[in-house]
Amino acid sequence: MAEATGIAAPVARSAQPGSAMMGHWLAIAGITGFLGLFLVIPVAMVILVAFQDPSSGAFTLVNFADFLRNDLFLRAFGNSFYVSIMSVVWASLFALPLAYFTTRFEFRGAAIVQTLGVIPLIMPPFAGAVAMQLIFGRNGSINLLLGDWFDINVPFMEGLNGVIFVQSVHYFPFILINLTASLRNIDRAMEEAAQNLGCSGFRLFRRIVFPLAMPGFIAGASLVFIKVFDDLATPLLLNVKDMLAPQAYLRITSVGLKDPTGYVISVVLIVFSVLSLFVASLATRGQDYATVQRGGGGLSKRRMNPAQAVLAYGVIGLILLLVLAPHLGLGLLSLATIWSYSPLPDGYTLDHYARVLGESWQFISNTLLYASLAGLIDVVLGTAIAYLVLRTKIAGRHWLDYMASAALAVPGVVLGIGYLRAYYGVSLPSGQSVTSFWFIIVIALAVRRLPYALRACMAAMQQVSVSLEEAAENLGATKARTIRRIVVPLMTGGIVAGFVTSFATAAVELSATMMLVQNTSDAPLAYGLYVFMQSPAGRGAGAALGMIAVLIVGLSTYLSTVLAERDRAAKAGSTS
Amino acid sequence: MSANDNQNRAEAADIRIEGVNLSYGKTHVLKDVSLAIEPGEFFAFLGPSGCGKTTLLRLIAGFNVAQTGSVRIGGAEVADLPPWKRDVGMVFQSYALWPHMSVARNVAFGLEERHLPRDEITLRVDEALDLVELKHLKDRKPAQLSGGQQQRVALARTIAVRPKVLLLDEPLSNLDAKMRVQVRSELRELQSRLGITTIFVTHDQEEANSICDRVAVFHDGAIQQVGTPIELYDRPANLFVANFLGTANILAGKAAGEGAVFEVEGGGCFAIPASTRVEEGARLVFRPQDVFIGDPAADGPAGIVIAREFLGATMRYVVRIGNGDVMVDLPHRAGATPYQPGDRVGVTLDPARAMFLAR
Repeated sequence: MAEATGIAAPVARSAQPGSAMMGHWLAIAGITGFLGLFLVIPVAMVILVAFQDPSSGAFTLVNFADFLRNDLFLRAFGNSFYVSIMSVVWASLFALPLAYFTTRFEFRGAAIVQTLGVIPLIMPPFAGAVAMQLIFGRNGSINLLLGDWFDINVPFMEGLNGVIFVQSVHYFPFILINLTASLRNIDRAMEEAAQNLGCSGFRLFRRIVFPLAMPGFIAGASLVFIKVFDDLATPLLLNVKDMLAPQAYLRITSVGLKDPTGYVISVVLIVFSVLSLFVASLATRGQDYATVQRGGGGLSKRRMNPAQAVLAYGVIGLILLLVLAPHLGLGLLSLATIWSYSPLPDGYTLDHYARVLGESWQFISNTLLYASLAGLIDVVLGTAIAYLVLRTKIAGRHWLDYMASAALAVPGVVLGIGYLRAYYGVSLPSGQSVTSFWFIIVIALAVRRLPYALRACMAAMQQVSVSLEEAAENLGATKARTIRRIVVPLMTGGIVAGFVTSFATAAVELSATMMLVQNTSDAPLAYGLYVFMQSPAGRGAGAALGMIAVLIVGLSTYLSTVLAERDRAAKAGSTS
Repeated sequence: MSANDNQNRAEAADIRIEGVNLSYGKTHVLKDVSLAIEPGEFFAFLGPSGCGKTTLLRLIAGFNVAQTGSVRIGGAEVADLPPWKRDVGMVFQSYALWPHMSVARNVAFGLEERHLPRDEITLRVDEALDLVELKHLKDRKPAQLSGGQQQRVALARTIAVRPKVLLLDEPLSNLDAKMRVQVRSELRELQSRLGITTIFVTHDQEEANSICDRVAVFHDGAIQQVGTPIELYDRPANLFVANFLGTANILAGKAAGEGAVFEVEGGGCFAIPASTRVEEGARLVFRPQDVFIGDPAADGPAGIVIAREFLGATMRYVVRIGNGDVMVDLPHRAGATPYQPGDRVGVTLDPARAMFLAR
């Protein structure tokens, strides 16, 4: 082995032994093949079809012209845009006070507020939607009480309002997390320098603190925008059909795979995804400046006077109550015998859980299986890509990263449509179509979550010093053995984090899934929930299923935090 | 001095600090600190990290609040004022230039907060930038400037508001060694032109010694000694100051022979001025350049050279006497035969340079 290296090295002028190079190329071929088949080709197909004449297949812009001539589609576009913007506005209104108060003041329970603030993310938004109807709908608890007391009815959930409300409550944590991180990164001297020059209070916030936190805010806001713009399940559940993603879905499912409109809408969705990701990347590139300077980090924390404290706790309490309402509502609904036209359910029962765990166990086991497999695929691909990008000098290796990350810009609906279009006619040896085989759902989930897992793996590998690997090689370990014995163990924390992120978000995915589920026995929990929620009789069971989803995601998130913490503690112990 | 400088020249204020105590929980960070800084002085807070020097500086600026004590600037008590009402200019260690504003906007900031008319702001921004010779870079963003330029912008931003006093928190620590020497003389020159009372925080004795009028040496939350650099070097008040400023030989022992000699622990006697009163437990302290070595002689202890270090202008020998080691600096002359490790030598101390410090 050592001899072979000695001969090969001078020829290749590379420190990589020949066998390792082989391994690298195999890995590259595998990754490229997978992403090519299940990301690039389907999406390319969708884009291509949008520019093709349906009958002749020739290049044309007619499909886009039709789209622009159709009032329904234009309205759908306008609605999607309006809903996304308003969701960003409301999400900002929820996130700003939480982020500012907890970072800026000595705030009792700041950790609790931050934790509670992230909880909405661990619930599928469409699951919350039904619960929100019951609490904020025209005949929901709040409006019934408002009607009794003040004789007014607030249309929280009417039409687009409902989508905006549900989405902003669900996605505001993206802004909260990014904004909090930004605020924490501001060098406290930035603020002190302004105070030293005579600036204080709200002026200080407006002139110094907010502009410096802007990159984090923009990054969060554009994420919210794109999530809402692409979302299929929430509007459908709230029975809002004149938005872009639902229109694409309805076109493909009702008119058929041949209809070009679905593809045109897909292209519009992709363009907007790419645009807002671009804005986010511009913003985060500028973020360098918040952390570039040395010195103490974070805003200096001030003590509040009693009036301020009452106000701050009041505002935060109200916001938390609002954003946690879907959870409360869903919990109540899952335990309710009958709940309609009354502020609270008439009675309570565990029957829904019994029913779900009995006859619908399939949904839960499918979800666990699919999400685990998807998570597994993601961390394997993520670790391999991270290694190739960060540890080798192979030309063009960054394209692996770009290709995998490009999945971020592909809405679930589009990926689903792409799979159907590309592989509908392809059959397995058993004669079954590829697109009706359950594993295609796993692949869709894996592709969609890969960017997140990849980032976690990259971050983990960046923390493993190259010298640790070189030490192993110096003591006689080959590349492959070094990866197995040194790199992967040291990356465990990051890999676990990547797995859990993929697992937890895959468990509640419903955009691509909705396009790809052909048969209810193969359906995951999110789809089952959607089916249940279609009928009033199924709501209780749907809610129980939703609570189980929340439980699964919550538990895995908690687990990953504990594991990450233990991992960090272990590493800190070994270096000190 | 130009008219420009006269405009920038503020009425110099004195700083009086009395009985300041500050603790965070159980950590007593400032212990009963009192200090008087005269108008127009260039004053240094010198000490190792964690000694309380930056804490006291931030206390003067209003970013730390003392449990007890008073801080008066130009006669007015400021202890209860928030930072933005103190009119105390501070240059931060990290410079804290706001990255979202241009150089000119950064410098204008404090003037805008003081609600000066537009024209005057423009005028004074130009003036301040002129003073640090950066007017041509006024439209740049801080990220486009070198470290030294950033430092000067931070300085311009602070002096533009003509504060009563100027506080510099380790202003040279983020510069490379060559820039540091250049900028510190520029700082000194600017300070004397403006005549503004200035406090300069540093852990580098060379910085403090080379540009400051007076220095307060901090250790463990308390001021050890205040004086001109030369006073501190020649007459340190205690062992900490002796050791922190320059190099000092510190030997344990006791006076003998009616105060004419000092018996070093483990053997050997140094001659000291007759009838010196040496406190019980005091150490003999002297600088390496105040002691000489030669052939073993009667008026000093004998020792063995155990190491030598060539420092360029001087050769430093380490000579073992009794249980202790003594550093001896001899001027280096080309071609001179230095002593070798292992040589037996006699050590002579100039009696006038012997100091005795109890702690």
